[in-house]
Amino acid sequence: MAIGHFKQGIAGGRLSPEQYADNFSDLHPPLDHHEALVESDRCYFCYDAPCMNACPTSIDIPLFIRQISTGNPIGSAKTIFDQNILGGMCARVCPTETLCEEVCVREVAEGKPVQIGRLQRYATDVAMAENRQFYPRAAATGKTIAVVGAGPAGLAAAHRLARHGHEVTILEARPKAGGLNEYGIAAYKSIDNFAQAEVDYVTSIGGIDIQNGKALGRDYQLSDLTRNYDAVFLGMGLGGVNALRADGEDAQGVTNAVEFIAELRQASDLASLPVGRRVVVIGGGMTAIDAAVQSKLLGAEEVTICYRRGQEHMNASEFEQDLAAANGVIIRHWLQPKRVIAEGGKVSGIELEYTAMEGDKLVGTGERLTLTADQVFKAIGQSFVPAALNGSGVLLALEAGRIKVDAEGRTSLPNVWAGGDCIYGGDDLTVSAVAQGRDAAESIHRALTSNGRA
Amino acid sequence: MADIRNNFVGIKSPNPFWLASAPPTDKAYNVIRAFRAGWGGVVWKTLGEEGPPVVNVNGPRYGAIWGADRRLLGLNNIELITDRDLQVNLREIKQVKMDWPDRAIVVSLMVPCEEHAWKAILPVVEETGADGIELNFGCPHGMSERGMGAAVGQVPEYIEMVVRWCKANTRMPVITKLTPNITDIRKPARAALAGGTDAVSLINTINSITGVNLDSFAPEPTIDGKGSHGGYCGPAVKPIAMNMVAEIARDPETHGLPISGIGGITTWRDAAEFMALGAGNVQVCTAAMTYGFKIVQEMIAGLENWMDEKGHASLDDIVGRATPNVTDWQYLNLNYVAKAHIDQEACIKCGRCHIACEDTSHQAITAIVDGVRHFEVIEAECVGCNLCVNVCPVENCITMEPLAAGVIDQRTGRPVSPVYANWTTHPNNPMAKVAAE
Repeated sequence: MAIGHFKQGIAGGRLSPEQYADNFSDLHPPLDHHEALVESDRCYFCYDAPCMNACPTSIDIPLFIRQISTGNPIGSAKTIFDQNILGGMCARVCPTETLCEEVCVREVAEGKPVQIGRLQRYATDVAMAENRQFYPRAAATGKTIAVVGAGPAGLAAAHRLARHGHEVTILEARPKAGGLNEYGIAAYKSIDNFAQAEVDYVTSIGGIDIQNGKALGRDYQLSDLTRNYDAVFLGMGLGGVNALRADGEDAQGVTNAVEFIAELRQASDLASLPVGRRVVVIGGGMTAIDAAVQSKLLGAEEVTICYRRGQEHMNASEFEQDLAAANGVIIRHWLQPKRVIAEGGKVSGIELEYTAMEGDKLVGTGERLTLTADQVFKAIGQSFVPAALNGSGVLLALEAGRIKVDAEGRTSLPNVWAGGDCIYGGDDLTVSAVAQGRDAAESIHRALTSNGRA
Repeated sequence: MADIRNNFVGIKSPNPFWLASAPPTDKAYNVIRAFRAGWGGVVWKTLGEEGPPVVNVNGPRYGAIWGADRRLLGLNNIELITDRDLQVNLREIKQVKMDWPDRAIVVSLMVPCEEHAWKAILPVVEETGADGIELNFGCPHGMSERGMGAAVGQVPEYIEMVVRWCKANTRMPVITKLTPNITDIRKPARAALAGGTDAVSLINTINSITGVNLDSFAPEPTIDGKGSHGGYCGPAVKPIAMNMVAEIARDPETHGLPISGIGGITTWRDAAEFMALGAGNVQVCTAAMTYGFKIVQEMIAGLENWMDEKGHASLDDIVGRATPNVTDWQYLNLNYVAKAHIDQEACIKCGRCHIACEDTSHQAITAIVDGVRHFEVIEAECVGCNLCVNVCPVENCITMEPLAAGVIDQRTGRPVSPVYANWTTHPNNPMAKVAAE
């Protein structure tokens, strides 16, 4: 027990160095060779496999698992990368329990799906450890494409475009590439700087120039891109965070969960990262879980997630909720924030109101509850910030606050495509962003080369 | 409680589970451990003639193939007969038999194909008090190159000759062990019977190469870069062995000849199947070499429980019960019609039945019905081949349901005939026998 474990307020150094290391080790440790063989043997090689159909990137899962079982992990990795060049990260962060593994016939039959995610990690790890590159670039087309954002959508688009022989420039606002893979995923899901290793692996194909510190609307305008490049892909994600709409929200100690997570991912010394003794997280999605669990792992004594609807409405998967519970996080439902209580400008508690459904409408019951807290995380969703698009000359059509695209990822502007979290109609998953980036790249390629013929 | 005591050609043992002549029975230490574990008997690993013993390779002697989770399915070996001194073996056999009088000890023998060699070894074995001898005419590697083992077992005349020498020179029961590396197993069995054998045991191991090392391009097991065929055994050979047992059991010339069944027996059920096909007892090796001697406890309890459940009082009630139901293809009822049926409750929708049928058989299983993933048999296409049953990962999910007489077979449009009719009288058979008027 470190001396600072029960320190009041927001403080670092709550744990011993060993505890930090242990708490932030790999959530799903890699399968070793034997484990991978045993697990791959469980796959039935289904016809028209449900897992494959559930994968947003349509990876041929039965085939890649069979390739593992026959001692061909390199071939297996290629099967994965053919559909999803970020297959390594997706193996770590995909909510497989609500995608491929949920529909695995073994899940149906015995409640124990084949561990598809871990097998995918096994194969991609083997290939990436050897830096095995599978895709030679096509002859140079002379076409240039600007990609805004080096997150999963942008990287997937860039890789596919580079494969087709185009020259890609990625403009990334942050100091590092990777997007949410680098800044937004819980640390125990992506250890050993995997996000950067993956960026290096993806860009090894060549023809991809990443320029960091270049923010759309600040350093350049969309119209600059449409003027200077043959095509533009927008994959800048979501820049805004929804407000609590509770009084006193600006008190010291009220933090955006995404910022906390980003800071944690970039921290070189976890002990230096301060966290409250009593933490309340407002929200019900993956970000809420990630912030809550990591608070606990950093040594917070008491962490409570408050969600304004019921357990069945939470966006966080059952697995994630269990993960939170297993780490000692308390999840409370039917509570909405009303007022942040502060003492001397610092958070000391939060007042919440119980909620109930009145027909289809969520209403406050009037009953209040106060929780002691020295830190409050807002995790009630992120929003697209369209301000950056100003200066494009023509306003890009939006829908429900995000960019409107067609089935191929085309926006309302000619030569501008978009994908990932910034578009309307997505599901905010890394794997979906990869699929959208990849498919938009194919659409761009077709458009620039008269149906794919250079 | 079922009585599983075994009397095989006069050799008594508390149960029908013997360890086959092989490494597990090479010396007293192992055999005593086996008896402690509960084995009913052993066939002591093959003795050779007096003199310097054979030598074995000192590299790998075994190769294997595996199923899921490295479950051993087939084992191959290139070990020879015992490489211990004859007198040491004889002393140990005598002592163990004295200490374990209720257990069967049969001694496996292999000496050159000359009468004096057999005349020399039989009395010294008899002197140990062993219950019988087994003639090793099966070993397919090494010894066969020296004119023994399978080299004898592949020539029926030699079998008859050696069996006759043995019967003339010992009072002990003679069990003749047959090699499966032959076209028609009935020929050596008939020869053994003609020579006066008391029983046959089969199968010995099958010539095999278990694998090829793709770096060195050498067969496995590899000894200093080279490999030699070994003898294959284990669960993988069980179907081959059972057919050979049945062939001998139903051959009019050898019907009634006692058989000791060998080949991939791993569980009580395997043993019961061999015995139903006509084996009077069984011999086990690979299962013990895979899991240790304790497996016999599962075999004993399993056999007893099954016999109790089915009301079989003794082994005589089960031995040979399936033999009359083994017949030639030409006598199978061509008017029998069965259709696959998929239990939708049990189906996990893997689709393997569909793709097997669609790609390789009769296009008789749906994949999508009304836009939904759904696997169902199309009776108008189903020939009742059973492939779907075999590839389905869920036991009893797909079953073959016979059509009752009079029901219309959707595939042919004709009612199922109540009359038994086989190929011998079928109109499509150019050699059909005209039914008697």
